[in-house]
Amino acid sequence: MTDSNTTACACEGQCNAAVWNELDEFIASHERGRNSLIQVLHKAQELFGYLPPDVHQHVADQLGLPVSEVLGVVTFYHYFSMQPRGRHTINVCMGTACYVRGAKKVLEALQEKLGIKMGETTPDRRFSITTQRCFGACGLAPVIMVNSDVHGRVTANKLTGILNQYE
Amino acid sequence: MKKAFRAQVLLCAGGACISSGTESVRDAFQRELGEQQLNEEVGLITTGCMGMCEVGPIVVIYPEGVFYQKVKSEDVAEIVKEHLLKGRVVQRLFYKKPSTQELVQAMNEIDFFRLQEKIALRNCGNIDPEDIREYIAAGGYEALGKALTNMAPPQVVEQITVSGLRGRGGAGFPTGIKWRATADQPGKPKYVVCNADEGDPGAFMDRSLLEGDPHSLIEAMTICGYAVGANQGFVYVRAEYPLAIQRLEKALTQAREMGLLGKNLFSSGFDFNIEIRMGAGAFVCGEETALMHSIEGRRGEPRPKPPFPAVKGLFDRPTVLNNVETFANVPYIVLNGGMAYARLGTEKSKGTKVFALAGDVNNTGLVEVPMGMPLGTIVYDLGGGIPNGKKFKAVQIGGPSGGCIPAAHLNTPVTYESLPQLGAIMGSGGLVVMNEDTCMVDLARYFLEFIAEESCGKCTPCRVGTRVMLELVNRICNGQGTMEDLERLEELAGVIQKSSLCGLGQTAPNPVLSTLRYFREEYIEHIKDHHCRAGVCQSIMHAPCSNACPASVNVPAYLAYAKEGNFEEALRVHLRNNPFPSICGRVCPQWCIDKCRRSDLEGPLAVRAVKRFMSDLRDDYSELYPAKVPANNRKVAVIGAGPAGLSCGYYLVLLGYDVTVFERREESGGLMRYAIPDYRLPRKILAKEISNLERLGLKIKTGVAVGRDISMADLRAQGFEAFFMSSGAGHEIMPKIPGVDLPGVYPGTAFLEQAARSQPMNVGRRRRSGICC
Ligand SMILES: Cc1cc2nc3c(=O)[nH]c(=O)nc-3n(C[C@H](O)[C@H](O)[C@H](O)COP(=O)(O)O)c2cc1C
Ligand code: SF4
Ligand code: SF4
Ligand code: FES
Ligand code: FES
Repeated sequence: MTDSNTTACACEGQCNAAVWNELDEFIASHERGRNSLIQVLHKAQELFGYLPPDVHQHVADQLGLPVSEVLGVVTFYHYFSMQPRGRHTINVCMGTACYVRGAKKVLEALQEKLGIKMGETTPDRRFSITTQRCFGACGLAPVIMVNSDVHGRVTANKLTGILNQYE
Repeated sequence: MKKAFRAQVLLCAGGACISSGTESVRDAFQRELGEQQLNEEVGLITTGCMGMCEVGPIVVIYPEGVFYQKVKSEDVAEIVKEHLLKGRVVQRLFYKKPSTQELVQAMNEIDFFRLQEKIALRNCGNIDPEDIREYIAAGGYEALGKALTNMAPPQVVEQITVSGLRGRGGAGFPTGIKWRATADQPGKPKYVVCNADEGDPGAFMDRSLLEGDPHSLIEAMTICGYAVGANQGFVYVRAEYPLAIQRLEKALTQAREMGLLGKNLFSSGFDFNIEIRMGAGAFVCGEETALMHSIEGRRGEPRPKPPFPAVKGLFDRPTVLNNVETFANVPYIVLNGGMAYARLGTEKSKGTKVFALAGDVNNTGLVEVPMGMPLGTIVYDLGGGIPNGKKFKAVQIGGPSGGCIPAAHLNTPVTYESLPQLGAIMGSGGLVVMNEDTCMVDLARYFLEFIAEESCGKCTPCRVGTRVMLELVNRICNGQGTMEDLERLEELAGVIQKSSLCGLGQTAPNPVLSTLRYFREEYIEHIKDHHCRAGVCQSIMHAPCSNACPASVNVPAYLAYAKEGNFEEALRVHLRNNPFPSICGRVCPQWCIDKCRRSDLEGPLAVRAVKRFMSDLRDDYSELYPAKVPANNRKVAVIGAGPAGLSCGYYLVLLGYDVTVFERREESGGLMRYAIPDYRLPRKILAKEISNLERLGLKIKTGVAVGRDISMADLRAQGFEAFFMSSGAGHEIMPKIPGVDLPGVYPGTAFLEQAARSQPMNVGRRRRSGICC
């Protein structure tokens, strides 16, 4: 991540005025104040891919909240990430149903294959690995989700085929 | 409103079926129906989850209700041409009964569906959730109309009370009482909140309801608003359920357009609106006070109760908060009366409950059954039992706040009262079935890790206590635990239960306590024997095959030598742990291959066949035995020359003892000789391996029954200092059924012994006999 005294945002040139505008429009269509904070953060993460410090500050200013409160909320919820993610996020389900059907082996195989640990991003920014507890597709356990595609009955063997679908 | 079709094709578009390929199947149907010019005659409807997600994508064709499973786009042309044009069903896509492999044609003949009683899920899988007209055609919004035009708010509350409906989100609190308490609060505004955070990892009924029947939730929340005097509702949905959010949004829009949500509903003057709030991945936000904090834009930390939400809830106003499934029952109750609902279930647990069946069970998916159905019926009749010939071990019910129920309690009727007696809870209805491959200590560790991660950190016992428990269990999994650790776990559990603020902490120890209650011996094995019988705990396990082998034979090592063609070395490795490679190579039940990792790829390795081959290459093992420790001239007596006694003698001889095995029968070998028929285990193989042991120095005296021909005192007098009793544990118990005393009925081992001795037996004229063990 860029350090805080540079003005450029941390998205390495991907973000632009249009994205900030979209965020501001979203904020403007919502009530000012704490009630809208989580919805605004969801939108911001959707737009930027993650929530870097300058976004915290901006959201805090726009909603009239102390930035410490925004940070408190961002860190409380697992869904919000302060680290940039790869182009594709691979979410391995670690819910009970998936766990008893071998999710741990799938995660281990995936980490080995990509050479990164859970929570990390490949150097080429192609993939990030995260885990979650249950996507509600337990009937197909073990399940992984790449972006928003659910892949069921995953085995270590099938991983290559799945990953090849994402460039 | 809707056209009358000759036939209806229902295609499941629930989340699971979509990921199994619903969309391409739908495209294929649209194309084929168009090509065959059936668009006017045959309706195509995409529905929510039909429940049997395991075999998706599912297609059901009415009027006959023919059920097709695992349909691919390539199958569609055949279905259209054969079934829809010619009226000939496509058998190869039928469901097969797991127990008998029998083909089943109609949906309602499949036990999974036949045994259900659908109220909350009444529309799921039957209507298109994205089309409000279908919901209305199925009787939707009638209950709302009835309430708003024919019932006073207290009458609505009354019917909910009479129905006996209890909260389906976990705690089972009577819904009617909750509504009354909120209704009784003076002033406005009040709120209705739906808890769709579905935190139990392994439950997915709320997701299916939101995706498959979103209008029933909207209708129910509106009825609730009317009953308690609220005009605004919120649905708090997990961010992990994007499809649910999308369908709910669409349903809200349609309801508003139709005037079924908004101002002056049914011209009654009652206004109601609903907004969606997205969760952000914190399990504790499923707790009601934390959830309301989250809607308010704060950190989702719980607060003490009272005040209860009915008095001081969202934005400090009186609030009704119910779970999705709880709400889904409401329209039925209002329309049919509370008594209609109360006729189902048991005395204190009324109505039905939806369960999410997952894990090691044939039919994973969603089922809705009357309360009080025995757990075993759910697992075996609806669930179709355990796949791949594995053994049932336990059911986990209630998620991280719940517990495990072992086979001994499968007869328990599932109710709010019975489960806590077994150390579990109903919870939201997640039922995760586990087979012998699940380690119960590891499972406890899994839940502790979950809880330690999800604790909001507000109370010390929950934050620190669960971490300490996790460390203790981690140690046990790694083979570093002590027996005192078990006591400490129980002690800590008590403290955390008593001194935590919210339900998360109060119930956090349950998974540990329940596994300790029913599977304590597994904890002890990890601690004392450093053995994980399920082969899960990696750090105390060499390889899954060796771990499963009762003799701990180093399977990977001898297979590696065998692969190189070095059979001598392979045999040497085997003999280190097990002196009977030729025998085991024929008759071992091969526990090793049940756990072989290659089963996940193409199938297990033929471990036993390799062993048989390599040991048959050689008659004399003398050079391959491990080196003997110099003789210590101490005498040990082994009583019984079966496999256990001979193996014990073998190990002791290697350790330098002077060992004599005493055998009552005329020849050594025990069950290997007197139970296993010659064609399974040729006597010359047995003789070869026993004579190898004798060559090594083991003495065997047959025809001597210790206790009859010679006493232990005599043996002591002869200088024997230690004794190993391996006289055989087998003793058959004849079943208590009429006719067991008839001629020709033999106990199993006696029968086998007679056969092994080639003695004539009366097996009846038709030579039909069964062996009872
Ligand atoms: C840690 C914790 C997590 C919970 N998670 C959920 C949940 O995911 N869904 C739910 O409906 N209730 C959950 N509950 C229960 C709620 O607090 C509340 O009792 C319930 O939503 C009330 O609705 P009901 O009466 O209709 O069940 C949870 C409770 C606790 C303590
Ligand atoms: S019991 Fe645990 S989750 Fe609940 S308030 Fe206390 S620390 Fe938070
Ligand atoms: S065949 Fe039997 S003795 Fe041989 S390795 Fe397998 S389980 Fe062990
Ligand atoms: S446990 Fe993995 S999808 Fe539910
Ligand atoms: S999603 Fe199709 S049956 Fe569950």
